[in-house]
Amino acid sequence: MIYFDKVTKKYQDGIKVVNDVSLTIEPEEFVSIVGHSGAGKTTLLRMLLGEEVPTNGVVFFESTNINKIKKNQMNKYRRRIGIVFQDFRLLPNRTAYENVAFAMEAAGRNDNEVVSDVPHVLNLVDLGEKHGSFPRELSGGEQQRVAIARAIVNQPDVLIADEPTGNLDPDNANDIIKILQKINELGTTVILTTHNKAIIDLLGRKRVITMEGGEVVRDKNGGYVL
Amino acid sequence: MFTTNVRRIVKTGFTNFWRNGIVSISSVLMMTVTLSVIIALLLSSVLFSLTLDRIKNEIDINVYATTIATPEEVLKLKQDLEFLPEVDSIEYISREQALANFKDRHRNDEQTLQALDELDENPLGAVLNIKAKEISQYAGIAKFLESKTALVDAEVSVIEKVNYYQNKIIIDRLNKIINAINKFGVALAMILIIVSILITFNTIRLAIFISREEIKIMRLVGANNSYIRGPFIFEGIMYGVISAIISVILFYPLLFWLNPFIENIFLVDLLSYYFSHILMFFSVSFVAGVLFGIISSVLAVRKYLKI
Repeated sequence: MIYFDKVTKKYQDGIKVVNDVSLTIEPEEFVSIVGHSGAGKTTLLRMLLGEEVPTNGVVFFESTNINKIKKNQMNKYRRRIGIVFQDFRLLPNRTAYENVAFAMEAAGRNDNEVVSDVPHVLNLVDLGEKHGSFPRELSGGEQQRVAIARAIVNQPDVLIADEPTGNLDPDNANDIIKILQKINELGTTVILTTHNKAIIDLLGRKRVITMEGGEVVRDKNGGYVL
Repeated sequence: MFTTNVRRIVKTGFTNFWRNGIVSISSVLMMTVTLSVIIALLLSSVLFSLTLDRIKNEIDINVYATTIATPEEVLKLKQDLEFLPEVDSIEYISREQALANFKDRHRNDEQTLQALDELDENPLGAVLNIKAKEISQYAGIAKFLESKTALVDAEVSVIEKVNYYQNKIIIDRLNKIINAINKFGVALAMILIIVSILITFNTIRLAIFISREEIKIMRLVGANNSYIRGPFIFEGIMYGVISAIISVILFYPLLFWLNPFIENIFLVDLLSYYFSHILMFFSVSFVAGVLFGIISSVLAVRKYLKI
């Protein structure tokens, strides 16, 4: 489904952030990418999102070369991918409900769909009660759950979670991982990056890709090795 | 889908306007200042042109005929003058009328009246008051009168005296003032308008700068550019409409308070002018406000849409 073909990303100062990475991610897989800060995890994901262009190599989504997607088509492509960030990135002036609804409205869904799907997704992340709260009125864990709800409301093929637990305490982090697992069981491919060993232990025998200095150094099921 | 999107954009614009309270208020205030400057400039140009018209009306050339000139001769001269394209109107004052006017003007001056009574006959000649269409045309009329005086030099001239040369200095000065007001007024107005537009533009840019992270998030969530831009433009339009209403209303009490002073100095009733042209003032500030709002929003958002 996702295929990185000998992808290298070099910045202007000549440093290779990602070096000759080849990876395949299958549909409905739950893949964790681990590594220290600066290992190239986020850059890899940004290339998948079309935010960065590889210096060498190609990134495919199904049979589409992402670098060849035209600027005005990019938003359509991005709707097929849900994203969750470490810093939540919610729209600060909108309530939990409106944040989730925005993703649907942006995707051109009609009002009936919005009214029926948003409460459903908020219930899925256990936030049905707080739909009217603004991000500043929610805890970190709650904000991240709103972000997940927003990411999955358009039923994306892939959910990318970039260090989603980085700003959370262990209890909230566990909740978030459980929600991600539930989403994966419902049929969405999940790509998770983290540098938290406890999270990987929680995931058991799922696939773990270890990156170091921009290269993939290990790609096995289970285990956190750095 | 289009109407749904427009409805959502309008709704979001309203909500953002309301929730960004302070930012919205400061943008509206800045825009109000800009529109008020425009209204004030319009009003002062009206004031100047009305005043100048009045002053221009008071300027004329007086041709004093000799006492021996017959009314027919003077009226012939009047006819000749009326053929000149520069002449707007000519008022003929007969010798008797001139004397009556003189007596009326000096009715409190016993000595002068007594002196007048001593005389056997009316010492005053008939007068022609000539008004030109433009101030600058008085010179041409004066020249014509000069040639008239010269031509009839051999015989007995009808014209005793033309007072153009006494008035010339004043007329010339007024001409210069009008030209200066036209030139500097336009330049000053332009500078004021440009400065306030820039300030408004910057305020709106700041308002959108605050939302730059939001714009990035919207793009990552998959919103297209026009859907992101929409609410910001709508907010810009709201700034314009609200500011236009505020500034037009603001000038009511302001003019009410200033009008007595203005009337005293310029002899122009600006308040009733404002009342009778209120629609014009509102449309100008409405169009200007909406236009500034749209342009500054589009330019400001554009910067953050290039991801």
